[in-house]
This record gives sequence, C-alpha cells and structure tokens, in this order.
Amino acid sequence: MAQLHEYKAKQILAEQGIEIPRGEAAFDSQKAKEIAERIGGEVVVKAQIHSTSRAAAGGIKFAKSPDEAEKTTSEMLGKEIANNLCEAVLIDEKAEIEREFYLGFIVDTTLKRPTLLFSDSGGSGIEERADSMKKLVCSIRNEPTIEEIKAICGDERIAEILQKLYRVAKKTDARTAEINPLALLKDGRLVALDCRISVDDYADFRQKDLGIEIARELGHTPTKLEKIAWEIEKDDFRGTFFFVEILEDKSKIENQKSKIGFHGAGGGGSMASLDAAQRNGLSPACYVDTSGNPPASKVYRAARIILSIPNIRGYFLSGSGVASQEQFGLARAVLKAFLEVKPNIPAVLRLGGNGEDIAKELVERYAKFLPAPIEAYRKKDTADFCASRLFELISNAKTQRGKDAKGEIQSETEIKDQKSKVKNHCQFKTKTGTISFDYSQLDSDSAEKIVTSCPQKILKLDENNKPILAIEQAEAERGKCSECLACEFASLDLGLNAVKIDFPIEGLNPKSKI
Amino acid sequence: MSILIDQHKKVIVQGITGREGSARAKLMLDYGTNVVGGCTPGRGGQEVHGLPVFNTVKETVEHFGKIDVSVIFVPAPRVKVAAIEAIEAGIPLIALIADRVPLFDVLEICEVADEHGAKFVGPNTVGVMSPDKAVLGMMGGRAETAKEWFHKGSVGIMSRSGGLSASTGYYICQTGLGISTICHVGGDSVIGLTFPEVANMFENDAETELIVMIGEIGGSQEEQVADLVASGKITKPIVAYIGGKAAQSGTRYSHAGAIIEGGKGTWQGKVERLREVGVTIVEQFGDIPEKVKEKLSTDGHR
Repeated sequence: MAQLHEYKAKQILAEQGIEIPRGEAAFDSQKAKEIAERIGGEVVVKAQIHSTSRAAAGGIKFAKSPDEAEKTTSEMLGKEIANNLCEAVLIDEKAEIEREFYLGFIVDTTLKRPTLLFSDSGGSGIEERADSMKKLVCSIRNEPTIEEIKAICGDERIAEILQKLYRVAKKTDARTAEINPLALLKDGRLVALDCRISVDDYADFRQKDLGIEIARELGHTPTKLEKIAWEIEKDDFRGTFFFVEILEDKSKIENQKSKIGFHGAGGGGSMASLDAAQRNGLSPACYVDTSGNPPASKVYRAARIILSIPNIRGYFLSGSGVASQEQFGLARAVLKAFLEVKPNIPAVLRLGGNGEDIAKELVERYAKFLPAPIEAYRKKDTADFCASRLFELISNAKTQRGKDAKGEIQSETEIKDQKSKVKNHCQFKTKTGTISFDYSQLDSDSAEKIVTSCPQKILKLDENNKPILAIEQAEAERGKCSECLACEFASLDLGLNAVKIDFPIEGLNPKSKI
Repeated sequence: MSILIDQHKKVIVQGITGREGSARAKLMLDYGTNVVGGCTPGRGGQEVHGLPVFNTVKETVEHFGKIDVSVIFVPAPRVKVAAIEAIEAGIPLIALIADRVPLFDVLEICEVADEHGAKFVGPNTVGVMSPDKAVLGMMGGRAETAKEWFHKGSVGIMSRSGGLSASTGYYICQTGLGISTICHVGGDSVIGLTFPEVANMFENDAETELIVMIGEIGGSQEEQVADLVASGKITKPIVAYIGGKAAQSGTRYSHAGAIIEGGKGTWQGKVERLREVGVTIVEQFGDIPEKVKEKLSTDGHR
C-alpha cells in the first residue's frame, strides 16, 4: 500500500476539521527558512520519510530560529535517513504537550470489519503497548456514532476526532490511518501532531487526487523502471503485472555472474519459482509476476522492461507449472520482446499448462533467430530443473553475438520508418497499441491465413482479398482486439513481416539492449 | 459428494458479454458446469454461446427460478455493484474472479453477504472445481485438458494461490489419486470464504478423506485451521505447504495478503503452530503428492 507523506496526511485531517499544528512542507532550505519565519518562535523540522524509527534516525529536529531551520533542512534534504531518501521536510510550530493519545483506524482482516483503536498512552513505542488498545469494530457502510466511540475513549472531544478519522479513512481508501500522537496541549487544544495514512493499492483508480506516485509496496523508493512498469499497469485491468527490482548489494560481485531477469506467471507459483531460482544459484534482479490472464501486450511490455535491466545474464520465466491460461499467448509475448531486442543472454521458459506443446514448438521455431539459446519446458519439468538448466546455460555462455536474423520482428523505430514509406497498408488502433498490415507482402492465400488466425474474428478480407477490420475501428480500440499477437505470428510463420504490432512503452528507450 | 459446486448447480455469469466472461462461460459449459445464462446491463435479449443474456441479475433469476451460483467476470472497479446485485437477488454463492478489487468494496460485499446469508469465493480467485463434475471461474483452462488433468477422488484442496491450486491438483492426480474439490480462496487480505470455513466443508463432505492446504505468509487463516484441529473440529488429516519462506518483512510478493506486517503471519509462526497440532508440513512443493499418498495409506483411509 502506498503511504502518504505526513504533510499530505495532515492536510487531509485538516480538511475534515481535525486541528493540526501550523506548518508547511518545504522542498528546499530557503523555503524552510521562510516558513519558520512565518510561524515564528521555535519550530520542529520533520523529514518526510516512511519509517517507524524516524526520530531515532535523526529525522526529527527542533530549531530555535529560522536560520537554524534552514541549516537543519539542508542537512536532511537529499540524505538517506533510516534507508529512505529525504526529499521534503515539514516545518511545524513546536507544541507544548500535556498528554499524548493514540488514535487509529485499521481493517481487521479476520472479522472483515473496519476497526477504530484508542490508547490513552500515545507517542513512540505504541507498537509494544498494542495490547492495551481499546477497539471498536465498525461497519464500512454506517459510520460509528459519537456514543459508540465514547465507549472506547471516554471523551466527547476525542470521540469526535475519532469519528472524523473514520471519515478520513473512508475518503482516502485507507487500509490504516493513525494519529500518533494526538496531543492535549497546555492551552487545552487537541492537536494531531503526526499522522500516517496507508492507501489501498487497489483503490488507486479512484484516489487520483492523492498524488500517489506508484501504488505498490516496494520497500524502497521507486526506480525508473518501476515507474515505467506502473504506468503500464495502473489503468489496464486485464490481468496483473507486478514489477519490483531486487536491489542488490553492489559489493557482491559474485551475484553479477548469475544475475537474471525473473519473470513469474501466477502469484503462488512465482513465489515458489523465485525460491527455486535462488536455490539453484541464480540471483534474480527483479521479481515480476504477470498473472490473471493478462493480454499478450502486457506480458510483452513486462518482458521488454525486464530485458532493459542492465547486466542481466539470463532470463527465467516460470509460473505454477500447470497454468490454466494458454501458454502460447505467453510464449508469443516473450518471443516478440526477444525478437525485437535480440538480447545476447540465454533464456529458459517454463511454459507448463494449457497449450504447452504449441508454446514449446513456437519457441523452438524462433530460437534460431536469436543470438543466444532460448529453451522451453513443460509441466513435467520442475521449477528447480529449469532453474538449474538456466544456470548451466549462463555458465556455458560465450559472448558471441549475431546470427543472421531473418523473419525478425523489427524494432519500433524501424516500423515507424517504414510506415512513412509504405502507402499500401491498413492500420488500426487497439486498446494500447497499433496494428498495421502491409498489403504489398500479401497474396490472397497469406491474407486469408492471417485473417483466420484471429481468435476474436475481428478481421475479414476486402474485395481485393486484403485483410481489413470486420468491426468498427472504435470497437477494436475499446478492447474487441484482445492484443493476442496471433496475426503477427501468423505472418511471421509465413516468413513475412506483413503484420506489425506496435505496443509503445512510455519512458523506455526503444533501442535498449543488453 | 464434493463441496461448493457440482454438475447440478445452476450457474449464471455476470459480465457474460465481455472478453473474459464470454470465453470462460464457454469453457465452463464445455467442462460440464450447468451454466444457464448470464447478464450484462444493456445487453438483454442477446445470446452468448446459445445462452440467454439479461440486463439484470433479478431478471435472470426471475426467468430461471432459483440460481445457485453467480460467477462475476467484470473489471475490479465494478465488482462491488455486481456482487451486491447478485446477493440482493438471492443468489447464495458468488465467485469474484477479478484481481485488484478495492479493500473497502470487499468489506461492503462482506457486510451485505452476511445480512443475506450469502457466501462468496474471492476476490482474485481462479475459481472452484469438482473434477468430473463442474468448474467455476477459470480453473483448469480448456475443458479437454482440464478433464485430462483432474479426476474425482478423496483429496480436498484449498489454496491461496491460483496457479498452485491447479498444479497441486495435477500432480496429485498424476500419482493415481483423485480430488473431491479444489477451492482457490483468493490471494487478497480480506476474502469471502476462508481456509477455516472451507476446511469445515471438507470435514463434513463424505467424499473427502484428506485435506491439502496451500497457504502462504501473511494473515492468520492457517493458524485458524490449526485452532480447529486442536479443538477437534477438524479430524481429517491435513497436508500443508506454506509459501514465502524467504520473503522479506514489509515487501509484497504478488498477493495482497502475502505480506508480513508487525512480525505477524510469518512462515515460521505458521509452520510451528500447524506442526504443534499434528498437521503434516511439506517444505518442498514437489513433495506434496508423495506425502498425501503416504498419509492416506497410514491413516487407514481409502
């Protein structure tokens, strides 16, 4: 789940009428000084990072003057604090605290109900005092009344704040929302001094205003490739594409020799396959999972992104071993990426499940167009066997490049060059890409083969026996074209480049090769 | 017998005119599931694979009389509305196939289902299969391969992983044993039917002699099953595999539920608790069929 920065979370509290300290976020030290001047008096400078050990790691410091606030800010910005890069600070007025409370909203996954939490001993170390918390199990449809909440906190004013916290959680699709501490100040006010809100990844589509960069639990600041991958995933609900880079310890040179792109297909099977990879001496540079029957376009993009990870020495695709999805769809997607990038690394594809024989045969047919070995296996072959096979191929690999590649798929840039030259073609948009037919390469036989290859039956022959759309362009773009790559491979199988499918990947260098 | 689904239960598909809905309705029909129709708002009066399409679930139920199960193939953002529509139309069992259904939507479905006494599998489930009888959702893929891979028998399988549900079933059937039902409960942190509930169903199912549980890190479903065993409510032997041994705390591996938070739901904790109550733990996934075979013969079943 994506965690909001403290300053953002507190703004949301304030919008619901919960009092917060006077303060503002700063992204440079000059701004921090200005804010401190406006506030006047002593301020607190708080690094905007997600860590439970922020104070202990030096991420919270008091400043008696604007100059000191400026200096403290410049010491924090751009630094790693508790393994998190600090890119912003929050400058808050210093509070005169009388007492501290803990207020929380969580989802009890066993009871399957939202739950409000209260403790009259808030502040740091609350995790250890978790047992002393009072709980109110609520409904997600009807907010709890003040009377109900008073039963756990005993105070009308705090009950009102808890009710508002419930509203904040509902509004932001928060899996957890905590105010810790809620401080009773010496002047009698109740103020939320700190707030953590973690937003449900799956609600990202309706929480655009929160400005969440990437709705994934990554355990680190998102990398460039993770951001590119998220752009592909976030609005495409056809199957799932999960991408996280496994950031290695750079000192471990040994790892470099067996660094691989790991591509799982199906959550549980992916986890088991990752285990198998590690057991057999491979060092996955990423954890990728394409599952839930995604279109080939999504899997293709996943493969392209994996292939752009620098210095990988092999590619391991492995799922549950007995997949219900047609494995030739997966094979086509990965092959398209390989035929375009032509990586000089060995690959082992464990394609066990429906259509595995066709998938294996397909991989073997196109292996000769690739500079390094690519092997396909079926459900009878275990993940451990396949992982050890890849390890062997990597060990044997010589840095020889370049067989002649006939029947190759051209890169996007080459396709674009040709489009301007070829007038004799038909082109239509799909949900996330473009399909072009080059009529000059097609006779009536080959045209018919391409038309009949489409499982969605959205193609037909026109009066000149050339393939055209049998449906409206808009229908194809809305998703009638399932982006399965069948027509492109039908053309390649005929030794032609008559069908060209372009699935652009925003932000990825089109020429990125290993 | 079997649990949750068989060839007699009347099934409808919500979202039957969509890409997945239409394709999977066909596969379910081919396998033997009694799919009688489906619905998509605004598409009433059409036909898909010879099945009538209605605008609403209510119209569908009115046309057929009682409906036992609805399988929902609509995109995640629309699942809540579809599921509540089915529950309010009186359908007692729903399968939610979509991945990425927002947590609060699932909570709302839970509350409405509780009020109506309805159950649901998922979200994020590949479905349920009772081999040689019927399938819900997309388990097994093509009917002819599914028929070849899975056979009926005495092993009940419940899993938090979709792919491993099918793999476990396939590898068990390869040894000559058979399966009563495979239930993929889904990988999310809040789901409808959970392991303890499914384990109870297997316990009460005459055909099931042994339960295979494919768990993973995160949550407390496996521990709850251990509690049932300890209290004597589950007496049939259980063989369990728990995935995610090497997972790091705080990082999510595919499934929303597969995350260790606050030191809870660890691999170690689950395995120790299950062993304590006498559940057989298999550390390497590939060893499951052998262990199952061994347990069935030593426990005198079958």
